[in-house]
Amino acid sequence: MRMRNIAADFRIVARTYFRNPVALFFSLIFPIILISLFGLIFSGAGNVSTTLIVVNDDHNPGGGFTPVSVAFLQALNNTTVVKVQVVSVGAQNLSTYLGQNALSTGLVIPAGFQNDYLNHTPVNLTVYTNPEAAASSGAVLGALRGVVDGFNCGRSCVQTIGYTNHNVGSAVFTTIDYLIPGLIGFAILTSPMFSMVDIASSYRKDGIFRELSLTPLTRAEWLTSRVLWYVALTFVTAGIMIGAGIVLFGAHVLLTAGLIPFLVVGPFFFVSLGMLAGSVAKTPESAALIGNIITFPMMFLSGTFFQVSSMPPGLQAFARILPLYYVIDGMNQVMLFSNTSRALTDLLIVLIGSIVVFLLAIRLFKWRDE
Amino acid sequence: MPAAIEVDGLVKRYGTLAAVDGIGFSVPPGTVFSFLGPNGAGKTTTTEILEGLRRRTEGQVTVLGLDPWADGTELHRRIGVIPQDFRFFEKITPKEAIVYYRALFGTNVDPNALLEQVELSDKANARYDTLSGGQKQKFGLALALTNDPEICFLDEPTTGLDPTARRAIWAVIRNLKREGRTVFLTTHYLEEAEMLADQVAIIHHGKIIAAGGPADIIRAHGKPARMTVEGSPALAAYLRMNLGASAVEEEGKVSVTLNDKGDALKILTAIEASGLPWTSFTTTHDTLEDVFVRLVGQMDEGALKTEGAP
Repeated sequence: MRMRNIAADFRIVARTYFRNPVALFFSLIFPIILISLFGLIFSGAGNVSTTLIVVNDDHNPGGGFTPVSVAFLQALNNTTVVKVQVVSVGAQNLSTYLGQNALSTGLVIPAGFQNDYLNHTPVNLTVYTNPEAAASSGAVLGALRGVVDGFNCGRSCVQTIGYTNHNVGSAVFTTIDYLIPGLIGFAILTSPMFSMVDIASSYRKDGIFRELSLTPLTRAEWLTSRVLWYVALTFVTAGIMIGAGIVLFGAHVLLTAGLIPFLVVGPFFFVSLGMLAGSVAKTPESAALIGNIITFPMMFLSGTFFQVSSMPPGLQAFARILPLYYVIDGMNQVMLFSNTSRALTDLLIVLIGSIVVFLLAIRLFKWRDE
Repeated sequence: MPAAIEVDGLVKRYGTLAAVDGIGFSVPPGTVFSFLGPNGAGKTTTTEILEGLRRRTEGQVTVLGLDPWADGTELHRRIGVIPQDFRFFEKITPKEAIVYYRALFGTNVDPNALLEQVELSDKANARYDTLSGGQKQKFGLALALTNDPEICFLDEPTTGLDPTARRAIWAVIRNLKREGRTVFLTTHYLEEAEMLADQVAIIHHGKIIAAGGPADIIRAHGKPARMTVEGSPALAAYLRMNLGASAVEEEGKVSVTLNDKGDALKILTAIEASGLPWTSFTTTHDTLEDVFVRLVGQMDEGALKTEGAP
């Protein structure tokens, strides 16, 4: 690869882009519209954490949770105010776990819960809430009070089950905070995918690849210049979105250097994937179809507009096979949770995927005919 | 001097169809070679094989001593190609495109001089999508010259252009020859080939059916020249009787075959001597187009046996 060729081609791409009003609109104005629109739609929703993280230490001697503890959690879930999610982190670690995952509510059911309840021995639950997240704290405490009362009155309203409330200092995120990494991910996906799929097929049809094949420019150089262009564009778009989110909606996101690798490998992956999709298609029409089939599920299910953790388990599992999930999750880790190790794992997954797809794309797209 | 292009027994098959079926020819350096044929004859396929853009099925092909497919990268540094219907990035100007190609080829050609050469200086800063058909072809021509090529391949460079634009392209082609470059020109405008080419080859159904200098082909395959005067059947009879000439009369026109340069004078003298009334005389001879139409027509009727290239 020669830098001179890549630089020469990069200038052509940039000129083409700056002279195209539609392209300029989508990279400069559209991000602001997107942030404003979704910011307004979700601004009433406020806090998004209604999930109650539960550590259940009340096991049967033969294994499995005791029937009473299961019935208790079932009753909590049935309130529909909270969504119970049982984790196995150990009661003493729950507070830390909540903090690391930006979750504001948790519950510990102690060992011997069923036994004590059936024997009318007072038993104490531990509940964690975050006063800053008033709505979800209130929801959890209200639901808990109702269910506890129900269980106690089932036994003649004797105060058997009680609970102690602890505060957790986990950061509280609002929808707009999640929207920023999500919508940057949306731009990283859609902008290169749609245009590369189109370029791959239309340049072939118009003979522009044939024209370029008569020059010393190689396919790898050509694709690299496209990747670099979309990386540059992604930095601009991300900057606009973060700026608009902070100015218009007071978003809280961390602007760390950890974001940079994702703004590089994200476009690297999707420029290559768009080129690959466009190359395997025979006509511009089928290229657009293949592009849409790949793009649309990712557009909605990777944590762009809706958090993956709020989706049904089946869809959550599906999201984990979507490359964009790892881009957005990684950005969430660096911009919201400061979870470097998980961000690094996400980054590695996307990077390896990018290299594979890039090599496949330059292998499969042909300058000239056999 | 070795040939710029040497083709022998070239075959290109798509499935069972032979688009090019065992052709051979040779192009000396510094000459204009024109490749003629009706649509679908195999012109573009052959040209693309020579340019290294398409793989051949069989046969020997060398361009500047290189195998076009295997040595494509090296070959592309030394040839210039204007495809049929040149297309480029819509928002890019000719000058920007030349600067781009100059960087890719690592040459230091002056964009202004190059645009002057193809008579496109006035549109140096106009974007591709605002140019007319002729200007786009000139744009393509200028790009093809960025690397100072030894051979220029022009695939129907004037198709669809108005007469003024065509003449401008012809002038550029003449200049290329003057500069010592080899020009490989495919066209279906026969007068274009007749005017510009040193050698032509006519391809039909993947085979070469005639090859040589334009005048040689006309001589070999054309009808002899004829003189026509306006006159009566009696005049035709007089000429047949007195000159033994093959004079025929049709709708008031008497036409006589000219076998020799001197025939015209003899016939005119005889007409004058006949004392019969006559007016306006014309002489006609076959053009490359007449020959082309006849050869292609004969081949389609299966009347012509294929002949090899020289």
